Amino acid sequence: MNDVCICLFAAPNFDKSAQGLAGAGRRLAAELDGQLLAVIVGAGADALAAEVARIADTVTLADQAELAEYQPETCLNALAQLCGERSPRAVLLANDTYSQEIAPRLAYRLGGSAVGDGVEVRVEGEALRVVRQVYGGKAQAVIELKRTPAVVWLRARSFAPAAERAESGEITRAALDIQADTRTRIVERKREAGGEARLEEARVIVSGGRGIGGPEPFESELKPLAELLGAQMAASRAACDAGWVPPTWQVGQTGKKVTPELYLGIAITGASQHMAGISEAKVIAAINTDPDAPIFKHSRFGIVEDYRKVVPLLREKLAALQR
Amino acid sequence: MNILVCLKQILDPEIPARDFRVVAAKREAERGSASLVTNIFCENALETALQFRERAGGTKITVLSYGQPSAEDSLRKALAMKADAAALVVNDGNTNPDPLTVARVLAAANAKLGTFDLIMVGREAGDWGAGQTGGLLAEMLELPCVSFVDSIESVGGKLHLKRQTDTGWETLAAEPPVVVTVTNDEHNVPRIPKVRDVMMSYRQPLTQWTLDELGINADEARAGNTYYDVAELAIPQKETRCEFVSGDTLDEKVEAFARRIIEVTGAM
Ligand SMILES: Cc1cc2nc3c(=O)[nH]c(=O)nc-3n(C[C@H](O)[C@H](O)[C@H](O)COP(=O)(O)OP(=O)(O)OC[C@H]3O[C@@H](n4cnc5c(N)ncnc54)[C@H](O)[C@@H]3O)c2cc1C
Repeated sequence: MNDVCICLFAAPNFDKSAQGLAGAGRRLAAELDGQLLAVIVGAGADALAAEVARIADTVTLADQAELAEYQPETCLNALAQLCGERSPRAVLLANDTYSQEIAPRLAYRLGGSAVGDGVEVRVEGEALRVVRQVYGGKAQAVIELKRTPAVVWLRARSFAPAAERAESGEITRAALDIQADTRTRIVERKREAGGEARLEEARVIVSGGRGIGGPEPFESELKPLAELLGAQMAASRAACDAGWVPPTWQVGQTGKKVTPELYLGIAITGASQHMAGISEAKVIAAINTDPDAPIFKHSRFGIVEDYRKVVPLLREKLAALQR
Repeated sequence: MNILVCLKQILDPEIPARDFRVVAAKREAERGSASLVTNIFCENALETALQFRERAGGTKITVLSYGQPSAEDSLRKALAMKADAAALVVNDGNTNPDPLTVARVLAAANAKLGTFDLIMVGREAGDWGAGQTGGLLAEMLELPCVSFVDSIESVGGKLHLKRQTDTGWETLAAEPPVVVTVTNDEHNVPRIPKVRDVMMSYRQPLTQWTLDELGINADEARAGNTYYDVAELAIPQKETRCEFVSGDTLDEKVEAFARRIIEVTGAM
């Protein structure tokens, strides 16, 4: 009853998100004086299971044919069954699309309470409390969950990993009595071009906003700058909504949460919802014509100029300095 | 096709951070001079529904809100955007109901309104951003749920739901009825209703129910939250002092800016 269960969907590897999730789970289990159980749904996860077993007490792989690839309804049925059997005090998930889609429903089926986008989970007396941003990043709330289990999806990348243990946990395969629920079915999956390298893992990000003015300058001005810096490209919601760049580029409260060493925001105001996605960037720098743009309040350094004048010159200077 | 779109009225989320305050003791945002608006993702949902109706025809769109009496304005705006019918459940109790309470009320109102093939909600609201209403509603109605949808197509009796993922997008084929949560995309930027249509919308019928009329335990819905509660609410104080690069010419300023960048990337 004091156990913590982490749920993973066959991620190809033990990435920063999975590591953060396992770390958060390990520490919460210690606080509760319970075990850390891991459940992995999806095929091809043996290597991942072996990595997770270095941290968790037990790992259960649910990779039977019906669960080989993610389908929302079937996967939810499986997780509800697996978590239900284990009666954990808390169920933790990461904040990827699938986890966010499933978590509230999983909580409902388990008779628990869910809360999402947590940046901290702690035990206070009998209750579990989760810290999260609200009001588009303008405020921070502490949410107290009233039912058990507490189902929490976390900004997993922001959590420290746990140390490996001397002995690996036991890995077992679940044989669930489950049928594919075909009321919904994923019939096509497409990766956005350039989506191979994950924005969340980027160390330098060059990001453009509405002030860029169209899709062409993203290509002709920002892209060469990004290449020079070995950076990945991102954008504000306004630039994505305008159709200038794909939605996978959106950074913010409802976009990617990124953690680069350097985030260069170009012609972006810095609305709180945008800043909510870069609160863990080490250094933010900005180019904006408006000295009062809120992004400067979060920037280590900045330049108040038209980006169209700055960027071409900046490329020259950087190229010269890098030589 | 019968579509239900759920709308939430919220404090304008785009007010600048410097104008935003909270009443810590009440764990609420201060209303201040901010206006009340419809949550953007709910409007994205309505826009997606309207475009579906334009393409597929034979579709009725009903909008539903659970909120303060002022939420009528959100519903009127939706009618001005050309939703077909509107219903408001007036919240006369708990000012910040938890997601389970909201889903319970919406599920009851949904049953009272009729049967729907497609139930749409925003992915999350711009105030509390819980992102749970759609999922919980689907559970209560025992329907499947697909999240982060940005467009919907009717293909041979099924609905093709295009949705965003972390790395791109997916299409799901769904048998109605289904619940979807909607996210933003270049194609579902909400239309702006004509001023005349907004005025006209106030003459259109709008169903209003009290909690007692819904056939649920109204006192429970009015009472404190049993799912979760906000224990603390505060505005984190953190500001960085920005160094604006200096120089007499643009060239000097950009040179200084480039050097600062190299300081960071060179140390990586
Ligand atoms: C519920 C909700 C969720 C949201 N989620 C997100 C999110 O995840 N991510 C996100 O980004 N936004 C999000 N938003 C939107 C957010 O509130 C802002 O509207 C958006 O970030 C603004 O984008 P922008 O800064 O590019 O555009 P604008 O606010 O239009 O700013 C353009 C900036 O460019 C500058 N500029 C113009 N021309 C030039 C030039 N030639 N050179 C230099 N500078 C120039 C201007 O001074 C201005 O500062 C959300 C909003 C809501 C309500």
